[in-house]
Amino acid sequence: MLKINDLHASVEEKEILKGINLEVNAGEVHAIMGPNGSGKSTLAAVIAGKEEFEVTKGNVVLDGEDLEDDAPEDRAHKGVFLSFQYPVEIPGVSVTNFMKTAINESRKAKGLEDMPANQMLKLIREKAELLEIDRKFLSRSLNEGFSGGEKKRNEIFQMAMLEPKLAILDETDSGLDIDALRIVANGVNKLKSKDNAVIVITHYQRLLEYIVPDFVHVLHNGKIVKSGGKELALELEAKGYDWIKQEATV
Amino acid sequence: MAYTEEELKKELETKEYEYGFYTDIESDTFPKGLNEDIVRAISKKKNEPEWMTEWRLEAFRIWEKMEEPEWANVHYEKPDFQAISYYSAPKAADPNKSLDDVDPDLLEMYRKLGISVDEQKRLQNVAVDIVVDSVSVATTFKKTLAEKGIIFMPISEAIQEHPELVKKYMGTVVPKTDNFYAALNSAVFTDGSFCYIPKGVRCPMELSTYFRINEGGTGQFERTLVIADESSYVSYLEGCTAPSRDENQLHAAVVELIALDDAEIKYSTVQNWFPGNAEGKGGVYNFVTKRGICEKNAKISWTQVETGSAVTWKYPSCILKGNNSVGEFYSIAVTNNFQQADTGTKMIHLGKNTRSTIISKGISAGKSQNSYRGLVQIGSRAANARNFSQCDSLLMGNECGAHTFPYIEAKNKSAQIEHEATTSKIGEDQIFYCNQRGIDTEKAIALIVNGFSKEVLNKLPMEFAVEAQKLLEISLEGSVG
Ligand SMILES: Nc1ncnc2c1ncn2[C@@H]1O[C@H](COP(=O)(O)OP(=O)(O)O)[C@@H](O)[C@H]1O
Ligand SMILES: [Mg+2]
Repeated sequence: MLKINDLHASVEEKEILKGINLEVNAGEVHAIMGPNGSGKSTLAAVIAGKEEFEVTKGNVVLDGEDLEDDAPEDRAHKGVFLSFQYPVEIPGVSVTNFMKTAINESRKAKGLEDMPANQMLKLIREKAELLEIDRKFLSRSLNEGFSGGEKKRNEIFQMAMLEPKLAILDETDSGLDIDALRIVANGVNKLKSKDNAVIVITHYQRLLEYIVPDFVHVLHNGKIVKSGGKELALELEAKGYDWIKQEATV
Repeated sequence: MAYTEEELKKELETKEYEYGFYTDIESDTFPKGLNEDIVRAISKKKNEPEWMTEWRLEAFRIWEKMEEPEWANVHYEKPDFQAISYYSAPKAADPNKSLDDVDPDLLEMYRKLGISVDEQKRLQNVAVDIVVDSVSVATTFKKTLAEKGIIFMPISEAIQEHPELVKKYMGTVVPKTDNFYAALNSAVFTDGSFCYIPKGVRCPMELSTYFRINEGGTGQFERTLVIADESSYVSYLEGCTAPSRDENQLHAAVVELIALDDAEIKYSTVQNWFPGNAEGKGGVYNFVTKRGICEKNAKISWTQVETGSAVTWKYPSCILKGNNSVGEFYSIAVTNNFQQADTGTKMIHLGKNTRSTIISKGISAGKSQNSYRGLVQIGSRAANARNFSQCDSLLMGNECGAHTFPYIEAKNKSAQIEHEATTSKIGEDQIFYCNQRGIDTEKAIALIVNGFSKEVLNKLPMEFAVEAQKLLEISLEGSVG
């Protein structure tokens, strides 16, 4: 489904991604771990098409199509979803209104009519229930005054609404207490199918107990320096990242 | 397309003015220039009684001695008042005709303005008076209103038919001597609307006036007078458009609102005069004096959505004379390209327990300058007066400016005055967030701007909130592809 080939990306002349290769197939869950500043969020943003980052070499291919010329919204319409590490606030725009706009814009791109209001409401109700979100929450301004945990839960709510093909969750676990973590992980698991894929970016093994990865990759200094099965995550948890860094510099 | 400063800037420049068409109707236009003869000629053209002619002449003599004000934060080439024609009436216009008899070209113009007869029928609940250049063309729903004793008609008709009301109230809130443009307007006003709501009557529909400047080289000087008698209620909306022209056009209106004891007036404006082109050429100079007076327990709300004009100078104000009276000002002002707006309000608290609320939302893009200027004045006898002001500015790009000038003068120690101000910028991160959810940049900006303006949009009558929202989108359109 997703194929990343020798991807190099930089911002303000500074190279951050230095040759990433990654293949994700439908039905798989991949975890990307790595120390702070290794380039995890940058990788996510480049896949989503953030133009601030310049791709200097290599490419990102989704379902056999090079995404190079696709604007972020085109990629979204093709099923790429990013749960942001730091979701932004949009004052005065309710969660419901935002979701309605997002869904209808995606439908418009596919040549479909706006979703009828009753169907929209039904969908919102269903997904809010899945993530145990209070309905009152949905009329609040997007992310404005939300707690860290609420923001993350809201990201996954949006994912549930949009049913993406490829979901990238960037440190969705940070800021979540254990109950919220379980609810969010449960939501992600319910949405998983043989047709979609998930990339989980995290520091900790904790989330991976709930969303069990098929593969774990370690990103260090803009490169994937180690890949393995889910046991790699446990190893990292026990030993920290230092041994990886040492191995990488050898 | 994703948003970058550079792209945003470029796209903003390609913005087109949606209402920039010109209807070729034969019109009856006075020679350019202003003197006592022209003032007399206007009065004669309107068939006015002697007292009105005298009133105008007095205003003209006051105006002659006045200087154009310079304190506003706007820079423009001063209009040459002798190069303007002070009267222009579409020849086909006749206020006594029904809409069915109106010149097809005029009807076509209404259609382009989005206020076709059909639409009026659809809106049912709105009585519309349309002023093209200087003359009211049609007033709908006159009969329905008459049954309630409501008078809604062009001011020129009111001068003929209800001279006692006009004489009693005109110039009482905005005197001829008030300021340069008000004096000019008093001398040469050519039309506008008059509205009187009798005691205890709740006006059953929105009253609406649509102003449009059509002819080149003309000025438009409307005069609006709204009187809400004791315990009455009215909601009034004015909309404006003008065609795109290279030269600047002058618009200097005066609006006076009188809310007697326990009455309430809601006055909403959607102002979309031609803002000039992307290079800053042309556009309307909008120098307007709007003021209302509240007697005991009365309430006046001004709501404005200002997206047009090259230069705006406008401070809808409330004189809270009666005890327990309430004044409100809700404003959205959008400036783009080279537009300049200096707008705000004055809340003059004279009575006890008077309250005022000011919510101002300024949105600036391109190279525009957007200033909020507000005065909250608490008189010595205004015990327990309260004011809350909130001024928020939203910036798009790095070349525009937002300025806030709040003035407070409190002469009574029991006054409570609160002022909040914020400035924010539409960030690339906000745009990318929306893009990532499948919302393109243009839609994203509309969404963010609407969210920013929501508190004010919510104050508009339902029928017009949607229109205003669309107008905001159009004004900032091209802020992207
Ligand atoms: N917009 C930017 N401008 C400059 N440097 C950046 C920018 N975004 C990220 N970086 C740098 O790139 C590196 C990787 O950052 P990031 O991808 O956020 O790491 P991670 O998510 O793995 O913690 C860091 O050194 C960070 O400072
Ligand atoms: Mg990160």
